[in-house]
Amino acid sequence: MLKQTEGSRAVAEAVALCRPEVICAYPISPQTHIVEALGEMVKDGSLAPCEFINVESEFAAMSVAIGSSCAGARTYTATASQGLLYMVEAVYNASGLGLPIVMTVANRAIGAPINIWNDHSDALSQRDSGWLQLFAETNQEALDLHIQAFRLGEELSLPVMVCMDGFILTHAYERVDMPTQAQVDAYLPPFEPRQVLDPAEPVSIGAMVGPEAFMEVRYLAHAKQMEALKLIPGYANEFREIFGRDSGGLCHTYRADDAETIVVAMGSVLGTIKDTVDQMRDAGHKIGVLGITLFRPFPIQQVRDALHNAKRVVVLEKSLAVGLGGILATNVRMALSALPIDVYTVVAGLGGRPITRRSLHALFRKAEQDEIDAVSFLDLNRDAVDKQLARERAHRRTGPAAEAMLRDLGVVAAKLA
Amino acid sequence: MIEIRMHGRGGQGTVLAAAMLAKALVAEGRHAVAVPSFGFERRGAPVAAFLRVDDKPIRRMTNIYEPHCVLCIDPTVGRAVNVFEGLQPGGTLVQTTARGLDDLQMPDTVGRVGLCDAVALAMGIFRRPITNTLMLGAFARTTGLVSLEALEEAVRGAEFRDAGLAQNLEAVRRGFEATTVHELTHAEAA
Repeated sequence: MLKQTEGSRAVAEAVALCRPEVICAYPISPQTHIVEALGEMVKDGSLAPCEFINVESEFAAMSVAIGSSCAGARTYTATASQGLLYMVEAVYNASGLGLPIVMTVANRAIGAPINIWNDHSDALSQRDSGWLQLFAETNQEALDLHIQAFRLGEELSLPVMVCMDGFILTHAYERVDMPTQAQVDAYLPPFEPRQVLDPAEPVSIGAMVGPEAFMEVRYLAHAKQMEALKLIPGYANEFREIFGRDSGGLCHTYRADDAETIVVAMGSVLGTIKDTVDQMRDAGHKIGVLGITLFRPFPIQQVRDALHNAKRVVVLEKSLAVGLGGILATNVRMALSALPIDVYTVVAGLGGRPITRRSLHALFRKAEQDEIDAVSFLDLNRDAVDKQLARERAHRRTGPAAEAMLRDLGVVAAKLA
Repeated sequence: MIEIRMHGRGGQGTVLAAAMLAKALVAEGRHAVAVPSFGFERRGAPVAAFLRVDDKPIRRMTNIYEPHCVLCIDPTVGRAVNVFEGLQPGGTLVQTTARGLDDLQMPDTVGRVGLCDAVALAMGIFRRPITNTLMLGAFARTTGLVSLEALEEAVRGAEFRDAGLAQNLEAVRRGFEATTVHELTHAEAA
């Protein structure tokens, strides 16, 4: 059914259609509206049977999720930014134990400096945690991916993180096609856990494992993730048959067939990139797009297949590997090993910095001429950076850098342009 | 694609108005995306919300920097932020004000102006200066992009309580009726 609604509300309703039995969460922007809506549904009885557990922290949220998943309950939680970091020890335990928890990460920057706006630093900090990671381009895809996440996670006994851009998607009001309960029931079978804490058949979960078997247990986690690469296309096909639309999958090209330059990105910025590429295509430029939906496991072969005919690849990413450059770009480079293709890393949109079509146009035109650096920062205010660097060369006690920069810029309180 | 930027102050319901307007536009068969901007907003601080309207699905989710229309639901927000920034030539301004057209200063990019003394009307209806639904009526009158009936339906679909619903339905209608629309000749046609 088509409805005009907030992205968070759409995701909450999709999660409810998946019949979760335990939802535990701690509020943090920009995720809060999702669990608020689910909390209301549990309270008014429209989502039943389901227990909504208010916890005292994100660490508790993931710990409760681990407990309920061990007990065989379909379990959901959501978080963002510092909240995700606070639960990290339990995040690794959830995947190490093989518990198919589904968690939304409403992507937000990580402090310091504290910042509530969108980038991908939070989810990408957990790229090696053993969770599957899916990135939504639109709110429709965000709600669809949650339905696929339960199916995929429960089949593999692995937890799944569904990442959606904070505010940009979570707080936007737009039209989505909300599935029916019958469709979701046809797609998502009841949770049949591989392991369950059952007093009638007692087991222990979480044994200490020494050097004799630790490598093998970890290898199993890797092997299971790689299995996801084989399962996901089939699940996406099945999804199309039941729901009548394409959603999910590994990665998707757009106007890339004869492209000399291909832009790679994840999440909602793909919409702006496609609008920009349409304009450039109309003007005769051979440019295309590759959107990555599945970041973990990383679809190395599919990315290589999509890019191998390009002359150059521009990876536009909302994350920064400090001291190296890009995170997504590093993964893309691995997929392109030994191919004679230039890969440019462009760090963009950190902490909610707008990524405009105007800036993308200029960037892509320069990239086509190979006039950009191997690693660059879109719309970086170089003057502001140089001023602070000069100050630090001249004086010892220059004080806190973030405050100095705000003072230079004449900003009284941080805001979006 | 038509891009609309809404200006108000925290607590006036700018974001809710954008969501209701999007709903009304969608009910009339358009595609609409409302994107609120979020900052450290608090009651009284300037806020903005963005709305895109098109006949086909909308892909870009960015803030709006070059709007075709600016809707100001607060009479003084223009003192705190440049509400005309990036306005396309021949653009539309919908403004709540007690003043007349001749007393307003605006750049040459403005081609059409809709004026509505929404604060005075709000004091009569709500006994508080809540102007968001009044200015949705003013927007419909000025732009013709959405019908009064679709707006009323969107207000009914919002979570107003009984008395609040009746007041807001009245506000949309009064805003529509009380708005004067002026075509300015100095601007180029867009």
